[in-house]
Amino acid sequence: MFSYVARRVLATVPVLVIVAVLVFLLLRLTPGDPAAILAGDAASTEQIARIRADLGLEKPIVVQFGIWAGRLLRGDLGESFYYKITVAELISQRLEPTLSLSALTIVFAVLVAVPLGALAAWRFGGWLDRALMGFSVMGFSVPGFVLAYILIYVVSLKLGWLPVQGYRRITDGAGPWLQHLILPCLTLSVIFIALIARVTRAAVLEALGEDYIRTARAKGLPEVRVLVRHGLANAAVPIVTVIGIGIALLIGGVVVTESVYAIPGLGRLTVDAVLARDFPTIQGVILFFSFLYVMVNLLIDLSYVFFDPRIRY
Amino acid sequence: MRKLIALLAFSAAFGVSHAQDKVLRVVPHSNLAILDPIWTTAYMSRNHGYMIYDTLFGTDEKNKIQPQMVESWTESPDHRLWTFKLRKGLEFHDGKPVTSEDVTASLARWGKRDAMGVALFTFIDRMDTPAPDTFRIFLREACGFVLEALGKPSSSVPFIMPKRVAETDAFKQIEDYTGSGPYVFKRDEFKPGDKAVYLKNKKYVPRKEPASGSAGGKNVYVDRVEWNLALRDVQAQANALVKGEVDVIEAIAFDQYASLSKEKGVKVVKPAVGQQYMCRFNHLLPPFDKAAVRRAALASFDQRAFLKAQVGVEELYNTCPSMFTCGSPYASTAGSEIMAKSNVRNAQELLKASGYNGTPVVLMKPTDLDAIGKLPDVAAQLMRQAGFKVDLQAMDWQTLVSRRAKKDPVASGGWNMFCTAWVAPDIWSPINNAALDARGDKSGWFGWPLDDKLQDLRGKFMRETDAAKKKKLSEEIQAEAFANGTHAPLGEYQAPVAMRSNVTGLNTSGLAHIYWNVKKN
Repeated sequence: MFSYVARRVLATVPVLVIVAVLVFLLLRLTPGDPAAILAGDAASTEQIARIRADLGLEKPIVVQFGIWAGRLLRGDLGESFYYKITVAELISQRLEPTLSLSALTIVFAVLVAVPLGALAAWRFGGWLDRALMGFSVMGFSVPGFVLAYILIYVVSLKLGWLPVQGYRRITDGAGPWLQHLILPCLTLSVIFIALIARVTRAAVLEALGEDYIRTARAKGLPEVRVLVRHGLANAAVPIVTVIGIGIALLIGGVVVTESVYAIPGLGRLTVDAVLARDFPTIQGVILFFSFLYVMVNLLIDLSYVFFDPRIRY
Repeated sequence: MRKLIALLAFSAAFGVSHAQDKVLRVVPHSNLAILDPIWTTAYMSRNHGYMIYDTLFGTDEKNKIQPQMVESWTESPDHRLWTFKLRKGLEFHDGKPVTSEDVTASLARWGKRDAMGVALFTFIDRMDTPAPDTFRIFLREACGFVLEALGKPSSSVPFIMPKRVAETDAFKQIEDYTGSGPYVFKRDEFKPGDKAVYLKNKKYVPRKEPASGSAGGKNVYVDRVEWNLALRDVQAQANALVKGEVDVIEAIAFDQYASLSKEKGVKVVKPAVGQQYMCRFNHLLPPFDKAAVRRAALASFDQRAFLKAQVGVEELYNTCPSMFTCGSPYASTAGSEIMAKSNVRNAQELLKASGYNGTPVVLMKPTDLDAIGKLPDVAAQLMRQAGFKVDLQAMDWQTLVSRRAKKDPVASGGWNMFCTAWVAPDIWSPINNAALDARGDKSGWFGWPLDDKLQDLRGKFMRETDAAKKKKLSEEIQAEAFANGTHAPLGEYQAPVAMRSNVTGLNTSGLAHIYWNVKKN
């Protein structure tokens, strides 16, 4: 097990190197000059040229890459062109909102979707199953921002129950923190509930057709125990895989929800950095996301051992 | 006791604050990234500058220059020696007094970056500081815009910084944000892309005159101003205002004007001064390297078509035949007949006579900037009707901003035309109107027109000290600019500001977004 983990952690190094090279080159190949953006609308061509030189963008790409890679090896992600603070500090400022939103969304989605999916499989073809399938289609079809605006209109503007926008740090109190996350979390959860519930339903349905389920029923076990202990437990691997992918997707892909609810998270940071051609920030954030993806995948793989004792590393 | 403990626990958990601070929550028009208002011309950095720095002079709502940090000044009969005395009570946020040495150091740095500052410093022989509250400017020759430059209200404003900060290389960003203005910047609460916080500068001594434009008394009636930098979605901004979660939105979308105006508890105000739309030609490349072709394009442009498409709300726009903002001191109709009488047939005839050979016009269109995104569509249609071949290329604004700096041929990533918008004070003088800089490829702003006569007239304008003669020169400058076809003014619009009904006294001069004299009742 230990050697497996060590090998997987080591395997992240070439992945990150490839990501680093690709991101660096792609950014240099896309149109857009950070200096022109920084200088402002009324800046002269000379001022832009001077800023470009100061940023080191006049140097050959190989030299620029060497400087950045050298810093990276020392654990330094560089300094944002745009904000003039370190990329590490920027990421750390934005990590909490994104992690809070992602964690709450996943917990809520799992708590709702897994029982729903299992029940739908248990009552296959019944009204609950049909309702869940209908909800899944809707969950996949309705764009997040549409749902967000509907929730804001009803819950915030008409009922006045929750704030329209913003984020409060957990250090400001658990109440404000939760109040500001409920609507974004509901918005994001819908698609994940639809996804996890469908996968759970399919996996449990398959498990319920297995011989050991018939045996369990023949032994006279109560249906709930059959469903949870034998059906759900044996369907856990695909469900955990989807949840893991969901976590990774959430951390990097919540930009629309963050924008609509004005949450200063990593998604918003990434978009701002791309629009401003803030090369160091884009590079740093994408490397961070890549690392996170690899680690989440590793944790998912390791969790299989827990859910399925037949799996050994 | 139990109740008290429960109350404390509830407060801790739910973050109930008992602070009585008056907080003004503002949604700025953009994100604040650069904190040095001299290093960049970005308007957000300028507005940040107005919060924390003070200025020697300001511009009032009648566009007159008024003293701000300066108490009095004299001008020698030959207009070459200017002596300024600072008013009493000026103090930086760190408690140190503002001295004339701080002023001269700040002006020197600004004079290396700002276009008007650079122009002023071509006249300045030297500056000195005979007393801590007195500084003098010695000019090589008479100059007609000393006060206009020192009191200019928009980017880059000559903000006064401590000498130790102002001595920073003009091409490096400052890292110390000590000012002497009405607010103190809370550096520790600044989170880029999230929020910026300013506290009332309790030691600030405002002038006694009523506030007007960027001049007059800067009284602060709130304890804290918070800029919400994360709230960028326009619908979310409107929702937050209606719900009372924010107090001011600096710039609402035109299509929200009607709905927000009807909203209870919200008021929408038009600024006094408009902003100007403009299309700019690249004078270095065909087909716009010929004045006759540029004039044919001008003749095709009907300002009403642009304004109707882009703004849509009639009460928020007006046609304006001037290259300087209508209502400003140098506005006139001189030379504008070609646009005032624009029609397709005239444009077609002018284009035919110009010898236009069908070279496609690469017109850059920003897809992510609603404020100007429709202008290129209208321009393309009008020019096609006149007989131009137009290659309308869509891109994000930042790509456009980068590409317009290129002087290369179109095949190598160059361009022929783009449209933009200017804040009124940035274009209302022949000196700071960047589109009139006609030094060819040495021109400061993109497009690079070459017109010696125009440059000569601008030089005369800079030297002229008589107001009436300056006005006449400005008319000649405009007439020559229209004859050359430096650019096409497309009319003016007012970007409405929305606020909660309990907010009063907000400066709606349109010069900049500034937050002194605001009251939240």
